[in-house]
Amino acid sequence: MTTYKKACYDLVVIGGGPAGLAAAIEAKKNGIHHILLLERDRELGGILQQCIHNGFGIHVFKKELTGPEYAENFIDELRDLGIEYKLDTMVLGVHENKTVEAVNPQEGLLSIQAKAVVLAMGCRERTRGALNIPGSRPAGIFTAGTAQRLVNIEGYMVGKKAVILGSGDIGLIMARRMTLEGAKVEAVVEMMPYPGGLNRNIVQCLDDFDIPLLLSHTVVNVYGRNRLEGVDIMKVDKDRQVIPGTQRRIECDTMLLSVGLIPENELSVDCGIKLDAVTQGPIVDNSMETSAEGVFACGNVVHVHDLVDFVTEESRRAGRSAVDYIQRKTTATGVKIKVVPGETVRYVVPQLVNLDGPDMDFEFFLRSRDVHDRASLVISLDGQKIKTIRKRYLVPGEMQHIKLKRKALPVCSGGSTLSISIV
Amino acid sequence: MYDITIIGGGVTGCFIARQLCRYDLEVVLIEKNYDVANETTKANSGIIHSGYDARPGTLKAKLNTLGNPMFDEICSELGVPLKRIGSLTIAKTNKEMGTLKKLYERGCTNGIPQLSLIDADVVRRIEPNIHHQVKGALLAETAGIVDPFCLTIALAENASDNGTEVKLETRIVGIDREKDGYLLTTDGGSIRSRYVISCAGVYAEEINDLLTPSHFKIAPRKGDYVVFDKKTGGLVNHVIFQCPSEKGKGVLVTPTVHGNLLVGPDSEVVKCKDDVSTTRSGLDEILATSAKSVEGIPVGMAITNFSGLRATPDTGDFIIEELKGHKGFINVAGIESPGLTASPAIADYVIEILKSSGLDLKTKADFNPIREPIAEFIELSDEEKSTLIKANPLYGRVICRCENITEGEIVDSIRRNVGARSVDGVKRRVRAGMGRCQGGFCAPRIIEILARELQKNACQILKDEKDSYILSGGI
Ligand SMILES: Cc1cc2nc3c(=O)[nH]c(=O)nc-3n(C[C@H](O)[C@H](O)[C@H](O)COP(=O)(O)OP(=O)(O)OC[C@H]3O[C@@H](n4cnc5c(N)ncnc54)[C@H](O)[C@@H]3O)c2cc1C
Repeated sequence: MTTYKKACYDLVVIGGGPAGLAAAIEAKKNGIHHILLLERDRELGGILQQCIHNGFGIHVFKKELTGPEYAENFIDELRDLGIEYKLDTMVLGVHENKTVEAVNPQEGLLSIQAKAVVLAMGCRERTRGALNIPGSRPAGIFTAGTAQRLVNIEGYMVGKKAVILGSGDIGLIMARRMTLEGAKVEAVVEMMPYPGGLNRNIVQCLDDFDIPLLLSHTVVNVYGRNRLEGVDIMKVDKDRQVIPGTQRRIECDTMLLSVGLIPENELSVDCGIKLDAVTQGPIVDNSMETSAEGVFACGNVVHVHDLVDFVTEESRRAGRSAVDYIQRKTTATGVKIKVVPGETVRYVVPQLVNLDGPDMDFEFFLRSRDVHDRASLVISLDGQKIKTIRKRYLVPGEMQHIKLKRKALPVCSGGSTLSISIV
Repeated sequence: MYDITIIGGGVTGCFIARQLCRYDLEVVLIEKNYDVANETTKANSGIIHSGYDARPGTLKAKLNTLGNPMFDEICSELGVPLKRIGSLTIAKTNKEMGTLKKLYERGCTNGIPQLSLIDADVVRRIEPNIHHQVKGALLAETAGIVDPFCLTIALAENASDNGTEVKLETRIVGIDREKDGYLLTTDGGSIRSRYVISCAGVYAEEINDLLTPSHFKIAPRKGDYVVFDKKTGGLVNHVIFQCPSEKGKGVLVTPTVHGNLLVGPDSEVVKCKDDVSTTRSGLDEILATSAKSVEGIPVGMAITNFSGLRATPDTGDFIIEELKGHKGFINVAGIESPGLTASPAIADYVIEILKSSGLDLKTKADFNPIREPIAEFIELSDEEKSTLIKANPLYGRVICRCENITEGEIVDSIRRNVGARSVDGVKRRVRAGMGRCQGGFCAPRIIEILARELQKNACQILKDEKDSYILSGGI
């Protein structure tokens, strides 16, 4: 059979963004040599390549880098370590027996048998259709990330007068970017009573440029036959219902949508991996292993992060765990306990802790449901408080990262549940 | 001097062009838009109706009944997917059960095969997600689904392959009678033609007016739709219609030929013939109404919404005739639902009119009825995929990640006759950008490919129609 080009590797990493890069590098450093990384784009680095602003790497490198600079550090290291990668290569399927099917123009169909797989496909942006905004369907409506790519990578402007719907970080960054390129940003319109992105971006991207942030507002209609001509916005009440009589038109030729990111898990679902209904990413344990044995996941494919530094940390863990798995240091039969979001916590990752898993301390990522001023994060085991962490300010837009020493976890069995709540 | 000028590149005009291209004639198809199939034909339910619904004795009933069975052959010749999934018209009350019985009888009068009334148990067995109050249904096994713009583009392409001239971005602005035919004035020069066939959709009245005041009126009636992610197409297995009542036909729920779920339309008489905006009230209404026939409509998984205009005539029936006192000028007007279904039969009917008006039809020796479909890479066997990539490596590069569409397919869609010229043109031909991310990832790549293939600057590439520029300039 010449249909497939066949190959075997210890580890196949799907996705060459910061998550995939960190996982591959960490696996190599921990003694696995036969690694292949697959990336569908023309270059490594993923979404970072279009994030030319700075603010990356404060935790990992202790300094502020731009997106491409942050990526470059890892790409250089990957190359120095001699890790094999293929660009322009689309993964079409991952099977439970850990064969990965992919295609690229040079080699055609590839069928790669791996001992372990790391999923690092990242996420995509929510679209206008997902919000079901009525009106016409003219040119000039972009997701913020697409606009960012067009402006920063392809070198084209997307319009002259813009409204940004949603206050996610990419939208805020693009408000500034469009302004710097000579466009007028009329407003950032946010449905919730608080912004979706990081506070530092509100200050540096909106306040510094006098761009109005309209909280508790939404776009209710889109005008323009061929190119966008304007949008209607309305105020919403606390139940997010529009308030009659508050409608007003903003003329604009461009609308950018920054209304959320969705982990890209079509491959995971096809492979039978269980997803968390809230994060929309795979359910993972503290070694970042998914419900499919030997298949790990990390980065935005698991849950949407707001700082790349945390992606890197999480992905290093996935890389190390994949090595342990390949070298049979961990057993798939370990006893796992559940980790659940408690009071006013939207989600917690990982969703499981493997009591027999790698000898690492536990780290949890979580997001609150609401805004809290002076609150405590409480970790409990079967209702018993085991740790309390005080926080000055908690908002849904800023992910919380907390640690729990392995030895701080009381002896427990498979039926136990860890919960994290905000009180 | 052309033998025939067809005004309008919707499904009606393109079907007529395709059926005429087998004859030795000089035919030109004139379309004002940037692409064919860009008005009513792109925004409808895509149902090949069985035909029980039309009032017996009307042209609608006759041409629906004749049109439906013609789709198998034409779709296979043109490489267009057709699925005969059947339709269920549901009843929830005794009164509605009575209506179904009448519809069944009407279907028999119209000569519709494979119609049956089925009880609640059977409905639930074949449609597990049907509304729990459903008491019974009318099953019409011959109903099917097609992709209306795929079909129409294929018709235009095959007509063009067989010598029909297709003039896009050309608007008819004047029609004058001449000794041996008509002088048609367009916004880009004039055309002489012995016969004129007007298939101008909602504008049929305006076209007729250019020659002489129309004896009919066409009122646009809008219908909104919501399309859902492919993950949801399996919610229903048939086209699900609600029982018609004094209040209207209700809304339908159907899988599309590509596996999405489609819900709609409502019905709203509008003033403007070129405004296809959806409205909040329209979208809310169809979502609420559809929940009355199917349980679990996945409201959160909508990927887009759109609306279309029905060309509703004041005569209540299709108007397909040579205009009295204007030999050689044929109106094909008021082609509202089931116009898509009837379209092959409409084309044959028009050819009969041409013959009786004295047109001589000689079959071309080299007519080629076959249009090779654009390869659907992801649907091919591994062996076929690999052969294709060896022949053309562009098939190994996936551009649209949601639908897995390759650069090979996109380039093919651009290089064909009546090929894609805009981002939406590519989308309608190969579905790139039609998936859950709605072009977020692939639009920049498609702009680049279009610019390269058409030898244009990226800023000249349009989303869809004239003035729908995407990029406002370089940095
Ligand atoms: C909401 C809705 C749902 C429907 N559902 C179904 C269904 O499920 N099944 C079914 O069988 N039918 C259905 N129909 C009906 C079907 O869509 C129509 O019958 C069919 O598309 C009509 O095609 P057409 O070619 O006549 O018109 P159009 O598609 O409108 O084409 C007319 C063309 O003429 C061109 N034109 C107009 N004026 C000029 C000019 N001056 N110069 C040059 N060109 C001009 C226009 O640009 C246009 O491209 C539905 C219709 C609607 C609106």
